[in-house]
Amino acid sequence: MTNYETTYGIAKLAHLLAVLRPAPAGWSEAATELPRLRGELQDLVARAERDAELRARLESDLESALAESGIRPTPRILAEARRRLGS
Amino acid sequence: MTEVPELTDGRIVARCRTGDPEAWALLVERFSRYVYAICIRGFRLPAEDAEDVFQDVFAKTYEQLGRLRDDSAIRPWIGQLTRRTCIDRLRSSRPEADADQAEIADPADALAEVEQALDVQQALQSLGGPCQEVLDRFFARDESYRTIGAALDLPAGTIASRISRCLDKLKLELEDSPPAARPVDG
Repeated sequence: MTNYETTYGIAKLAHLLAVLRPAPAGWSEAATELPRLRGELQDLVARAERDAELRARLESDLESALAESGIRPTPRILAEARRRLGS
Repeated sequence: MTEVPELTDGRIVARCRTGDPEAWALLVERFSRYVYAICIRGFRLPAEDAEDVFQDVFAKTYEQLGRLRDDSAIRPWIGQLTRRTCIDRLRSSRPEADADQAEIADPADALAEVEQALDVQQALQSLGGPCQEVLDRFFARDESYRTIGAALDLPAGTIASRISRCLDKLKLELEDSPPAARPVDG
């Protein structure tokens, strides 16, 4: 066990408290939203497999088609959607 | 730092596996600073690369939770995953001719400090209450006495003494509880 009293003292503790700063808010939010977005994307791709018109729309203008479906087309989501549509 | 401290890492992971979105949010909250610190302080990645690694780590965590053999080992597992993803990013961002020759600078000291900091953060979460709030706001968020006082409805003139008392409590908490499992090498 690390003995913080004898090894570091209060000054070291204060320093260590400053090491773990919050990640930028948008980063954590994006990570938190990941399961929901993946679920929505999965549903959309599944629908596109049954719906030729939807698939054509996704292939011709993926960004707009995602936005119309309520999915914010971030670069990461676009890449994921392309991967899923290509598979 | 608003998470529920009594939920163990293992319990959060088990709930994540059932598709519980609140548990996933807790997991991200619990480890986001850790992953961020490994990227920024450990490997000194530029912000754009750090953001990519950060998102990759949580995406892989989400995809691979089922492969985790011991739910309580999520901390070392995420630590190792983050370090590997950082190293991959550094290697891929180099010109091909340099990729085989140049070694990644060893960030062992900085990473050890991040691990110690996570022990301290976990002890702080165990303390909970006003101390958690005051110490986190002052040291990790760089908030002034005035801002902290306004946010917590406390006289600004009492914040310094509260910080001092809370540091003493935190020290006792750390002395009374063993640090969490360390990450495995890799």
